[in-house]
Amino acid sequence: MIEATGLTKSYGSKTAVYNLNFRVQPGKVTGFLGPNGAGKSTTMRMILGLDAPTNGSVTIGGHQYHQLPNAPRLVGALLDANAKHGGRSARAHLLCLAQLSGIPARRVDEVLDVVGLTQVARKRSKGFSLGMGQRLGIAAALLGDPQVLLFDEPVNGLDPEGIRWVRELMRRLASEGRTVFVSSHLMSEMAQTADHLIVIGRGQLMADLPVRAFIEQNSTGFARVRTPDGDEAGREKLVRALAEAGGQVLAEPEGTLKVTGVELPRISELAHAADVRLWELSPHHASLEEAYMRMTQGAVDYRSSDDQRSGLQAPPQQVPGGWQQPAGPQGGYAPPPLGGYGAPPPAHAAPPHPPHASHQAAAPYRPEDAR
Amino acid sequence: MIELSGLTKRYGLKTAVRELTCVIRPGLVTGFLGPNGAGKSTTMRMILGLDRPTAGRALVEGRPYARLIDPLTVVGALLEARSVHPGRTAYHHLLCLAQSNGIPRRRVGEVLDLVGLGAVGTRRPKGFSLGMGQRLGIASALLGDPRILIFDEPVNGLDPEGIHWVRNLIRRLASEGRTVFVSSHLMSEMALTADHLIVIGQGQLLADTSMAGFIEENARSYTRVRSPDREGLLDALTHAGLDAVPSRDPGAEGAWELEGDRTAAVGELAADRRLVLHELGHHRASLEEAFMRLTSQSVEYQAHVGAEEG
Amino acid sequence: MSPMSRVLLSEWTKIRTVRATLWTLVSALVVTVALGVLISALLNNTFDDLAREDRLTFDPTFISFSGTQLGQLAMIAFGILVVANEYSTGMIRSSLSAVPVRGRLLVAKLAVATALALAVGMVTAFASFLLGQLALGDHRTDLSEPGVLRAVFGTGLYMGLIALFAMGLTWVLRSPLLSFGVQIPFFFMISNILANVPATEKIGDYLPDQAGSRAMAVVDTGGWPYGPWTGLLIMLAWVAAAVLAGWLVLRHRDA
Repeated sequence: MIEATGLTKSYGSKTAVYNLNFRVQPGKVTGFLGPNGAGKSTTMRMILGLDAPTNGSVTIGGHQYHQLPNAPRLVGALLDANAKHGGRSARAHLLCLAQLSGIPARRVDEVLDVVGLTQVARKRSKGFSLGMGQRLGIAAALLGDPQVLLFDEPVNGLDPEGIRWVRELMRRLASEGRTVFVSSHLMSEMAQTADHLIVIGRGQLMADLPVRAFIEQNSTGFARVRTPDGDEAGREKLVRALAEAGGQVLAEPEGTLKVTGVELPRISELAHAADVRLWELSPHHASLEEAYMRMTQGAVDYRSSDDQRSGLQAPPQQVPGGWQQPAGPQGGYAPPPLGGYGAPPPAHAAPPHPPHASHQAAAPYRPEDAR
Repeated sequence: MIELSGLTKRYGLKTAVRELTCVIRPGLVTGFLGPNGAGKSTTMRMILGLDRPTAGRALVEGRPYARLIDPLTVVGALLEARSVHPGRTAYHHLLCLAQSNGIPRRRVGEVLDLVGLGAVGTRRPKGFSLGMGQRLGIASALLGDPRILIFDEPVNGLDPEGIHWVRNLIRRLASEGRTVFVSSHLMSEMALTADHLIVIGQGQLLADTSMAGFIEENARSYTRVRSPDREGLLDALTHAGLDAVPSRDPGAEGAWELEGDRTAAVGELAADRRLVLHELGHHRASLEEAFMRLTSQSVEYQAHVGAEEG
Repeated sequence: MSPMSRVLLSEWTKIRTVRATLWTLVSALVVTVALGVLISALLNNTFDDLAREDRLTFDPTFISFSGTQLGQLAMIAFGILVVANEYSTGMIRSSLSAVPVRGRLLVAKLAVATALALAVGMVTAFASFLLGQLALGDHRTDLSEPGVLRAVFGTGLYMGLIALFAMGLTWVLRSPLLSFGVQIPFFFMISNILANVPATEKIGDYLPDQAGSRAMAVVDTGGWPYGPWTGLLIMLAWVAAAVLAGWLVLRHRDA
């Protein structure tokens, strides 16, 4: 178990992590989410004793990292895939690590086999692809057969098969009762891998709860309902019944109904009562990404103006004529709305007044423009 | 439009790309999928004239890349890794590219703002995060406002907001009628972004088909139904001659699954028997599953070209 | 603007916006001049200790260029960095995507970098000469003496050409590590050894740096089998061969 209490890290006047309190439980995959610069890496580095907290503490199984009797055999971590020794072979790299912590050499061959690098074990890792480097990093994390595992963006650079493999590996490690703490930017991956989420934004804890609860709290699901094709009267009847039961019904172009505010079993009962047949009654949950976006968007307002992310969510504002609007005075990092970018040539061949005009698509540059 | 005809690349005895023939059309996002080492990057590099094909050719708007006048105004590309000098500021990096293609200087500031690097344009990419480097790469692709865009793993290193932004950007570029060719290993991302798919394995074309067609052909499709009267439902299904098996998905405990789309039949059956349903829907396996199914065959060199779209 | 002038402008932007590359030029100037002045001053003080023969063939112009021995290494470093950095950073992919006509990219890059190296080389040559002569005191010469102006120009040309030679070779070698590993030992040691061992002296005379340095001398010490202009021509042939090799590799190899 990993436990953070009042964990704080400041660099000069800048606070990277502020008063974090959380527990990462064994037997689960715990996802660690947050925008770039939210303090995820700093937190992971403090867990591993690479950075010292300014305040508070973080412990693994009740001990701080440097007090652990044999840390490499208790904790395994994949932090930066590029932090490998290019001139050394994969096997030699792992052997060094194994010898440092008294792990038998045969374990090296075992983990190489687990991550599928046996065939290239004697090649120097300089020529490794990003994906192979990632596998080597995972092998290093597994070397001591540790009870606590930390992974920072484990699927970076892996191909679909590798991604699936990592997902299954994480789930297996957790099912063996280990503590698995994974940070990732890929919400769809997290939705399939994690049981529990810890979300931080601007160095502060924003959420610490099961994935399903997180999605339910931060988004709205709906039911999709379809009546037999051509049964317009039945459909009307069902819409009325649903409305009376307090539901919101939205007719979709495909002829299906999007229903919110009425539970699925209740919809089925209402349909029976109204004598309407249902050809579809399916629950739709919002994605983890939507839930995450909704939650962190709240944090955006509260961030200072020098934040990188603070405008990424800005809805596209279209200027009449399709020309791009200048970025706001504080929107330093924010991409301006894509409104007019690349408007087709005929419509705007002669911009009336282009203060920040983007030039038109497909229009060749006149040479004199270049000066 | 990008046309590949018989495109082949051999390195010594090893064939990286073998007789690849396909067309990447404008107005669509075309996803380019394949396992690591399938030849995706080599193909993209040949399109950009960085690598010379052993045989066949790659045409961009009807010409080989090297024959394009001011190529950045025709094709914008984000290639793997960084293609930037870490000691040259983001602004100057873009400026020297712009100057070589006669693109006006003000466009540099525009694309920096566009990708959200406006405030760090005067900084050297040395200190850029992977995500910022990726944004700079996207900025250089957009620099010439090109009709064709090639992105190799565009969301690499981006955070969820960045991923969301790139997805919208790519969709928008295609909706403006541009040709957008995107490679990615993230199937869930591709499923949300691409209209059309080109899949290669071992350097050979495995599929060239629409996204919907691809999933339809390669992924399992099933009907899931759930009722509080679990046994009554099974009884009804069995009597009607419908084979049902218990669902194994987490979160679908107690549901039955039937091959294919049987929602209408099951809905009629439930209404006849006055069974209350908690769920009835048709599901398709994910793009990931479809991809896995197709590429696992590619190991045995079973090329399979999907129906070409009109 | 024509395509070529666009690429020239682009290459100029590339060169002037990377500080590390520019520092090599600054160090070429500083090292050459400082070392030249130092050795000139030293010789001025110890002139009377020289052998009679050495006093007779004393070449104050050539002495003031002593710093080029070390300064040329910075010029070579400049040539290597300008080209190899494209490969080591991956910038070459951006560059060739922007300018797929490879010959145009090569010519523009070499033209801009060589012009800059020549300009710095000329300034270096004149500064070395003028300050060196000051340091030589009574043993100095001046620009109006026969052959002196030619030697100063020759030194400037030498500095520019040695950078161009390095650029040509680096298009072949690509990696900065490999380029430094091959070129620095060659110019710093091997060429000197070859030129000073009697058995290989004849070969050594025709190496690019030895041939080029003939143009720096005013007084013919009798060692050279050719004159200053021929020396420069021999060097030019080496440079042309290096550039041609670079062009062939760039043209045919995958980027």
